[in-house]
Amino acid sequence: MTTQPPDAYSIPLEAIDVSDPQLYQDDTWYPYFERLRREAPVHWCRESRFGPYWSVSKYRDIMQVEVNHHLYSSDCAISVLDPPKGLERQSFIAMDPPKHDEQRKVVSPAVAPGNLTNLEGLIRERTARVLDGLPRNETFDWVDRVSIELTTMMLATLFDYPWDDRRQLTYWSDVVIANVDAPDSPVHSEEEKFAELTKMTDALGKLFNERAQLPPKFDLLSMLAHNGATRDMPYRELMGNLSLLIVGGNDTTRNSMTGGLWALSQHPQEYQKLRDDPTLVATLVPEIIRYITPVIHMRRTATQEAELGGQHIRVGDKVVMWYVSGNRDPDAIEDPDNFIIDRPRPRQHLSFGFGIHRCVGNRLAELQLRILWEELLPRHPVIEVLAPPRRTYSNFIHGMRSMPVRIPLH
Amino acid sequence: MPKVTYIEYNGTEHLVEVPIGLSVMRGAVNNNVPGIDADCGGECACATCHVYVDPAWLDKTGTPVPGSQEASMLSFAAEGEFNSRLSCQIAMREELDGLIVRMPQGQH
Ligand code: HEM
Ligand code: FES
Repeated sequence: MTTQPPDAYSIPLEAIDVSDPQLYQDDTWYPYFERLRREAPVHWCRESRFGPYWSVSKYRDIMQVEVNHHLYSSDCAISVLDPPKGLERQSFIAMDPPKHDEQRKVVSPAVAPGNLTNLEGLIRERTARVLDGLPRNETFDWVDRVSIELTTMMLATLFDYPWDDRRQLTYWSDVVIANVDAPDSPVHSEEEKFAELTKMTDALGKLFNERAQLPPKFDLLSMLAHNGATRDMPYRELMGNLSLLIVGGNDTTRNSMTGGLWALSQHPQEYQKLRDDPTLVATLVPEIIRYITPVIHMRRTATQEAELGGQHIRVGDKVVMWYVSGNRDPDAIEDPDNFIIDRPRPRQHLSFGFGIHRCVGNRLAELQLRILWEELLPRHPVIEVLAPPRRTYSNFIHGMRSMPVRIPLH
Repeated sequence: MPKVTYIEYNGTEHLVEVPIGLSVMRGAVNNNVPGIDADCGGECACATCHVYVDPAWLDKTGTPVPGSQEASMLSFAAEGEFNSRLSCQIAMREELDGLIVRMPQGQH
């Protein structure tokens, strides 16, 4: 914790600025959104370092924005931070129909139910090996040894990337999401970031070109290389889509693997419930994803005048959907601040978004988490979390950088 | 009360009474019929309530209007077919008594 934040209820309503990344690094965002949901569910922040923006904080209003993609566009920008001028990259998460639809459909089969069934055995075997190799009675970093290790293996499989170089993918993922102002960022300017992403695009682009010459396979690069909608992408678009596919499947799942253990350690009675009935993993997994909310917000831009939550939205306004807040909205989710592993409708949460941009990898993410907990419980029923996770300085990715744990001898 | 037969991917059948006005999705979820996830709760925003309408019933259920939210969400569902529908968008009516729907391998 750094400086004490101002009291969320003592500052004027119009001065609330939930885009401050410090709120998420310090984990102090809760009361600000509690107040916004009550007093200004669609709230105009006139001044921030990201410019003026609307905050949408209630579940139902967020759903309205999600499903009205013709009013609220994803074109070119999906976070409150605008893309760096002159260094923009295009990707289908930041496109509107019809191009979005065409490109999404290219990669979707890789993470659709049929292929997940094929992948399950492999993921389970690897997860078991990683868990069997964990030290006993010794402090280690859960993020590095488990969360990063497992998600990196998954990425290498999805891209069919050279196995021994797979941590390269993790590094690029960290670069893509890096906030260049944060002291612990791997890159310190947008130019430096672009230079690193150029190296990524060249390395993956080489594989892309090789695979274009070979018969189609079921990895993301081959799929992109063989489909008319993505075969001839301009360089910046290849860079953008590769970045999207690396980050989408990586950081979010990684943080759910860390956050799930953290949440259980903070709710020992739920942890015990899980040990007593391991079939609860089925409802545990979506509850982890809701509770952790790995993506803090997504942003849209209004393309028409619109009414939202009684407010008048103008053309060009930034509209920010705060998933962290919608997932804690008591009008949509009962007892939302509690972590409850056997909720009746646990998938009713906003963490994957909704509408045409709804996370294409959501079932893969759930599968990885389910396997992790199914393999973890019989091996290591007790894991002691020794300190809270160190969090990322970001208002976009809800990141956990490290978390010390120990597995007792018995 | 009108009845709907839900057939799981593995062939298991469930005959369920669905009150008029309720969606075919709700009929499944309220009766714990597996295979329809309905993550968005019926907002036509997730496509995890995807079903194949028995072709004999397609005239009565109708197909999604091209360009509609249902059509665009359905276009992202895995293994979409000519008889694909989002079951949250089919409201139960008297004339749908006997409707048969099949579930896909998995919802996505
Ligand atoms: C717990 C893990 C994950 C979370 C919380 C998450 C969250 C999200 C969110 C919030 C969106 C945007 C939704 C919107 O704009 O309405 C999204 C889109 C996306 N995600 Fe995920 N994601 C996760 C895992 C994955 C995985 C494993 C992949 C895998 C390959 C993936 C790939 C993508 C892609 C490609 C998009 C863009 C979809 C589009 O624009 O049509 N995500 N995700
Ligand atoms: S329940 Fe989500 S689209 Fe039908």
